[in-house]
Amino acid sequence: MTMTLRALLGATALLTLSGAAMAETTITVATVNNGDMIRMQGLMDDFYAKHPDIKVEWVTLEENVLRQNVTTDIATGGGQYDVLTIGTYEVPIWGKLGWLESLNDLPADYDVDDLLPAIRGGLTVDGNLYASPFYGESSFVNYRKDLAEKAGITISETPTWDEIKAAAAAMTDTEAGIYGICLRGKAGWGENMAFLTTMANSYGARWFDENWMPQFDQPEWKAVMTDYVEMLTKYGPPGASNNGYNENLTLSLQGKCAMRMDATVSAGALTDPKQSEFAGQVGFALAPDAGLGKRANWLWAWSLAIPASSDAKEASKTFINWATNKDYLALVASKEGWANVPPGTRTSLYANPEYAALPFAKLTIDSINAADPTNPAVKPVPYVGVQFVAIPEFAGLATSVGEIFSAALAGQKTVDEALAEAQALSVEEMTAAGYIK
Amino acid sequence: MARKVSTRRKLAFTAAAWAVALIIFFPVLWTILTSFKTEASAVASPPEFLGADWTLENYVEVWGRSDYPRFFWNSVVISVGSTLLGLLIAIPAAWSMAFVPGKRTKDLLMWMLSTKMMPAAAVLIPMYLLFQWTGLFDTRIGLVLALMLMNLPVIVWMLYTYFKEIPGEILEAARMDGANLRNEIIYVLTPMAIPGIASTMLLNIILAWNEAFWTITLTTVDAAPLSAFIASFSAPQGLFYAKLSAASTMAIAPILILGWFSQKQLVRGLTFGAVK
Amino acid sequence: MATQSSRAAARLMVAPSVIVLFIWMIVPLAMTIWFSFRIYRLLSPDRTGWAGFRNYAWFFNSPDFWLAISNTLLLVGGVLVITIVLGVLIALLIDQPVWGQGPLRILVISPFFVMPPVAASIWENLFLHPQNGLFAAAAIGVGAQPILFMESYPMASVILIVSWEWLPFATLILLTALQSLSSEQLEAAEMDGASAVNRFRYIVLPHLIRAITVVVLIQTIFLLGIFGEIFTTTQGGPGSASTTLPYMIYKQAVIAKDIGRAAAGGIIAVILANIVAYFLMRSMGKHLDA
Repeated sequence: MTMTLRALLGATALLTLSGAAMAETTITVATVNNGDMIRMQGLMDDFYAKHPDIKVEWVTLEENVLRQNVTTDIATGGGQYDVLTIGTYEVPIWGKLGWLESLNDLPADYDVDDLLPAIRGGLTVDGNLYASPFYGESSFVNYRKDLAEKAGITISETPTWDEIKAAAAAMTDTEAGIYGICLRGKAGWGENMAFLTTMANSYGARWFDENWMPQFDQPEWKAVMTDYVEMLTKYGPPGASNNGYNENLTLSLQGKCAMRMDATVSAGALTDPKQSEFAGQVGFALAPDAGLGKRANWLWAWSLAIPASSDAKEASKTFINWATNKDYLALVASKEGWANVPPGTRTSLYANPEYAALPFAKLTIDSINAADPTNPAVKPVPYVGVQFVAIPEFAGLATSVGEIFSAALAGQKTVDEALAEAQALSVEEMTAAGYIK
Repeated sequence: MARKVSTRRKLAFTAAAWAVALIIFFPVLWTILTSFKTEASAVASPPEFLGADWTLENYVEVWGRSDYPRFFWNSVVISVGSTLLGLLIAIPAAWSMAFVPGKRTKDLLMWMLSTKMMPAAAVLIPMYLLFQWTGLFDTRIGLVLALMLMNLPVIVWMLYTYFKEIPGEILEAARMDGANLRNEIIYVLTPMAIPGIASTMLLNIILAWNEAFWTITLTTVDAAPLSAFIASFSAPQGLFYAKLSAASTMAIAPILILGWFSQKQLVRGLTFGAVK
Repeated sequence: MATQSSRAAARLMVAPSVIVLFIWMIVPLAMTIWFSFRIYRLLSPDRTGWAGFRNYAWFFNSPDFWLAISNTLLLVGGVLVITIVLGVLIALLIDQPVWGQGPLRILVISPFFVMPPVAASIWENLFLHPQNGLFAAAAIGVGAQPILFMESYPMASVILIVSWEWLPFATLILLTALQSLSSEQLEAAEMDGASAVNRFRYIVLPHLIRAITVVVLIQTIFLLGIFGEIFTTTQGGPGSASTTLPYMIYKQAVIAKDIGRAAAGGIIAVILANIVAYFLMRSMGKHLDA
């Protein structure tokens, strides 16, 4: 009796695995709660129509929580997820560790050569593509044209830092609650350090020299920090040391930030009249440079990857192909309009005249193309990554450095003290981690 | 119970009490109000009170975006389940510690509380591994057990203090009358203990309902409760405070309603206990 | 008073709680102690081995360590003082014969219904934010400069938020205790001409002392572990001005992903918590029985 039952159960299990009864391959997809991802969840009917044999379960979480859960799972071999949403910081590290399934064998209609080279480069390790970009972003300047006009200035599409500083000074009107410039001040490797690292790139500074020696004791970093602290204390909103992406976006939507440097993806919200009464007044410009050949813009792509521990790799690949190929972009465009298409992943999107007509399309692609993750700084560096250093120790180290720099911004430390502390801390951590011999 | 007081005095106290209560309640009220504003109106400065853009669209969006009933049901099962299971184990323990105290009772109580001393983040990986090994990861039973164990010390403590309030002489009297242990518990203690048990229950359901570290860390899909639902509503591509407020209101509402109803029970129970 | 058999029965009744709690405590604790002596970084699985006391040394050598300890104690102490003083006052007020006692009670305990991460986010963004917060609007309304809560008073801000969250817990327990106070005793004292202050000091307070002890002990244990509110609001900053020990551990475990260090921090935190608990029990433990 029990024998037959067990045999029967075994047979059913086999059937489920074999193609005939594949009705129920369930894949668990972990994703951030960004608008583009939420939109995808609303378009799943299309996927189910094409692939009735695959069922998708969503785990939608805020970025920090998602990163915590997904990292814990993959590092302990938990195997809870079949598709992960991870960024350009994680992909090279996890790919190298053998934690991710290579995506080299996606079907031809995926058209891997259509991916933007900078984005693709950031997701490839030793020639293997380990994640497929869902949307890519860079950073740029957004400003209120009406305020610039009132102040009698123009901001060129390719500004320098001096131009930005002058513009910030001209547009600041503290009495009216208008702040010349909003930059990230909240401590964190993905908050103030993301911005400061790009600013450092444009100033000719770098995190490490070729021997992994931290460079905070160099004059370039002093110039970066001096200008950063000066700009924000003179022209920034009070309390800037606690403003991160969300806070600055809110201030910009309210029109309180005359100018802001942040992620290109916020262009959608900024130009949306439902979210901001200044939507019609938004101007965009590339991130500034200091005449050294590098602009202060980053490169990030939220990407879909399959953990090596997944037991439904084929179904997961089918899903990733659906979610990140050209047809998906067309699908979103047909249902929700071109402005809502996930940006920054494919050359063909920017070749499309309808998409190129959007006010932020050209600047987004130019910003992304201006970033080079394999060669981010003016001077040579031993690492990959624009606003981060793709080593496992970076998140912890940069968060600690970010705290020191936020204290400098809050006026609790001088720039010199902050840089000396950051240098000492980095040398200690990099020595402990075995980079400095 | 009730003392005679002049109407004027009662009026003064009523006004003061309501003023204080409203100050404490205000952030919750503000959250609820925000949930009915448009995103732009939610962060308008100066803040908008009556002139705000009122809307239901946040609820429509929050409801449409995720499977609220599933998260809700998981929250109910996990918080009620862990509390009932906890009471089942804790009532005998608290009873015996309150009425048959030994030399070590206080140490034992303190030890129980000390099981909560380990900071959650420090045992993140150990817990994760344990839940994976035992197959309890992302199961409701796993979370019921975890939250029961997490709150058990609090349950024991609260019950212990409530039971302590029950005068020992009554037990003595019952014993003199020849009541055995079983009858003593059923007919003498239980009626007097109900209010204490009821408020312990309410408090622990809330504690479990609000737990937002382990319930997110140890679940993915099947067992994810409202804390995970909330964690998906601080969308970083635009304004989100109104939606977050709507999601929070949806998470608060059931427990607020529960509190409201149990309130009457609680008051009646308390009066009953005091009358003896 | 208790007989032999009732003592045996009593042991039997305590046993399940003790056994399950013991397992729940000892297994993770043993693993944590093990990890605390290991080199264990989630993202560097190739680097393993014994760390000796290096993970512990890292905490003691960290420039933030002593500040974190004092911030932890400040947070616990501050929240305890605020919640108990206000809790007693509010409980006394609501216990008066007032209209609408039921609804009042619900309003007063309502903060307890809000999930801590949401409470922190709402407070930070809708109340304390220097440009968008309600407090800033009020300050501008009376012609003052908005206070930069998170930048200038990070610890005070965190204490304010946590106190708001925990005030209902204290109030509820104290209120329940207050309601078992016999009103005849109070009335008799009133007739004897005892002043309100004296009535409070000699009748109400002694009656409340056990409830206060319970609130202190339970809250202390919860508060010693708080990190979520700090992560949401100040991120431990500016600098490390509002970093507590649990937040340091959280950073090591979740951001730096150094499990060895996080485990060592956990053990340090447990030792610290035991010291605090020991002193609390010595000073207040006697109020538990009676």
